[in-house]
Amino acid sequence: MENVYENKMKLEFLSKSDNEAFARITVASFASQLDPTIEQISDIKTAVSEAVTNCIIHGYENKEGIIKIECTLYKNSIEIIIIDNGKGIKDIEKAKEPLYTTKPELERSGMGFTIMESFMDELIVESIEQVGTKIIMRKNID
Amino acid sequence: MKVKYNEKDKLLLLQITEEIDHHVAERIRTRADFEIQKYIPKKVVLDFNNVTFMDSAGIGMLIGRYKMVTMFGGSINMINVKPNIKKVFEMAGILKLIPIIEDIGGEEDGKCI
Ligand SMILES: Nc1ncnc2c1ncn2[C@@H]1O[C@H](COP(=O)(O)OP(=O)(O)O)[C@@H](O)[C@H]1O
Ligand SMILES: [Mg+2]
Repeated sequence: MENVYENKMKLEFLSKSDNEAFARITVASFASQLDPTIEQISDIKTAVSEAVTNCIIHGYENKEGIIKIECTLYKNSIEIIIIDNGKGIKDIEKAKEPLYTTKPELERSGMGFTIMESFMDELIVESIEQVGTKIIMRKNID
Repeated sequence: MKVKYNEKDKLLLLQITEEIDHHVAERIRTRADFEIQKYIPKKVVLDFNNVTFMDSAGIGMLIGRYKMVTMFGGSINMINVKPNIKKVFEMAGILKLIPIIEDIGGEEDGKCI
């Protein structure tokens, strides 16, 4: 019955770095309906922070744009979709490699995707150059 | 961030008091670099007692500070790291560069100012 959802929400906000905390706290607070552990909440916050930061600094390169988040709660999991209409990713496999970053001058560590992948149970990256990027993440909470 | 310096041990204590994300990391970096260049400490300790959240922006920021401190011949350590933050450090393998210690050390242990 995994396709029957319990609850849904959508967020839309400007690509300002002030919104990184807003986004992760809002998603974590929505996720708390599933009664997750402290560690699960912390994992979700970290993964959302990574994805939203990537939209701001890589997708929109600090220019103004819109970031969308869609969350769906299922009985035993949460699905989080994070979308930007920014520059997109040329080589997704390469981008996901640990330590790979296109912005070393900003002291980026290249660990964002590695953290999303290991802190969540599923990570799907869809991206088209000059169109945007969509990150789909799922965390099991049972 | 709160800053304490012990001249006798050339020990610089940086107490971080915010959630560390990309938004905040730049501010911490500017302040930390200012203090490190001002004192040229032999030992830098980053106190994470009041840090409840950190993402990969913290990793980049800390590796940058590690490079600066060691360039001046000093060492750098962390204390009071919460489990969720340690998890991020372990993933990045950063604990080999900046080990977690139990107490600050120096003669006036724990109360460096
Ligand atoms: N939303 C995005 N839009 C465009 N490029 C992205 C996006 N997210 C990630 N990338 C690309 O993938 C690379 C790796 O991302 P990540 O693992 O988070 O490391 P970092 O953010 O430290 O560079 C980035 O350097 C960037 O080139
Ligand atoms: Mg990133």
